[in-house]
Amino acid sequence: MNLLHFFSENRQQILELTLEHLWLVGISTLLAACIGIPLGILSARWPAWNKPVLGTANIIQTIPSLALFGFLLPVPWLGDRADRLAILALTLYALLPIIRNTYTGIRGVDPAVVEAGRGMGLTANQLLFQVELPLASSVIVSGIRIAVVISVGLATIAAAIGAGGLGEFIFRGLAMVSNQLILAGAIPAAVLALAADFALGWLERRLRPR
Amino acid sequence: MIADRKPMEGAGIAELVIEFRDVQYRLPNGTPLLSGLNLQINGGETLVLLGRSGSGKTTTLKLINRLLVPAGGDVRVNGSSTAAMDVIALRRSIGYVIQDVGLFPHFTVERNVALLPRIEGWPSEKIQNRIAELLQLVGLEKGLGSRYPHELSGGQRQRVGVARALAADPAILLMDEPFGALDAITRDELQREFLALQQRLHKTVVFVTHDLREALRLGSRIALMEAGRLIALLSPDEFLRSNDARIAAYVEAFAGGCDLLASRGGR
Repeated sequence: MNLLHFFSENRQQILELTLEHLWLVGISTLLAACIGIPLGILSARWPAWNKPVLGTANIIQTIPSLALFGFLLPVPWLGDRADRLAILALTLYALLPIIRNTYTGIRGVDPAVVEAGRGMGLTANQLLFQVELPLASSVIVSGIRIAVVISVGLATIAAAIGAGGLGEFIFRGLAMVSNQLILAGAIPAAVLALAADFALGWLERRLRPR
Repeated sequence: MIADRKPMEGAGIAELVIEFRDVQYRLPNGTPLLSGLNLQINGGETLVLLGRSGSGKTTTLKLINRLLVPAGGDVRVNGSSTAAMDVIALRRSIGYVIQDVGLFPHFTVERNVALLPRIEGWPSEKIQNRIAELLQLVGLEKGLGSRYPHELSGGQRQRVGVARALAADPAILLMDEPFGALDAITRDELQREFLALQQRLHKTVVFVTHDLREALRLGSRIALMEAGRLIALLSPDEFLRSNDARIAAYVEAFAGGCDLLASRGGR
């Protein structure tokens, strides 16, 4: 049985698991953006926040993913459903690039532009929303792009705790020593990562100030 | 003592607009940048703060719109201490032009110019009229309004910067080496236009430069600064005729003997 044949025979399940995968990555990235962008803004605005915020995100990043899934398993409400757990873990991992790029993006705005804005009497919020965030948006999107690409890969490991996604194929394939099964998980995952990378890369270029 | 407090001849009845009373400024680490500054700036005059890098002229300028906060003394605008004023309202009543222009790169020329009127909630028709008026005032074609800053030349950008500073019709204009980054020909052109503009608008202008020619050409009075102190406050004519050693040293260091009076031909 060749690979193409296998894919077409199992397309229903491949599609299902791909959507599940996409859902895990999508929800966790959304959550990470909702948490990470404000944290990035805070640490850009008040340097005292910078070290604890980035430090914590950094430490989270160093925890091996399998271990993090394991640690979170006994947590009451979370442990009830594997997908909750996976989403939390993926969110935590996605935080660092998003926080860091938000911080870098805002700090990277031309100081002359910020000074002109302050000097003409913009309030801190006007400066943030009209000037700093729009000018930092391409760098922030680039952080989200990194987060998504990492998450697509990491989410395959979520199958180890039964959270579903394309990792199911990979783990099953490992257990059954079936390259076809492994590729049925790995190839769609790679395609997802490339597609997300491409789409967000395009958005990033669109937003880049000239 | 060279500093004279006489209002300029021809300035009419000079009203005091900006006043420094024994102002000190220190960096957060304690290094003093400005000490014992006393200075009175009258309505409608162009006061040039002249000096080398690090003499405290930009610091002085930023104390006026409270981008910097004095460590001692009082900076007063229109009779009230800036410490007691709402800083946003203060800044909106003062136009601010800097050397790097600082145009918002993601806004068109029109949006750059109209930002403050829009924030202040002007009706859109009034904003449109104001944009057209300002672009004409600073010598920009109407068609440039829809361009982005990166599509403009250096001189055009600086013109937009001036238009933006004038948008809400402030009575005071602070200009920090606004023509410093331009080539000699464009600078000359903009200086000439500045003089013509000032004849019409009579703003109270505080103008920072290290360029002696520019100071002599544009200033109604020149405040020479050195190491955080005001060392002379003179009209351009008095400045050139002065026998003070420190003034002579600055003139010599800057000009190296070139014909200074010739630069005033454009006045």
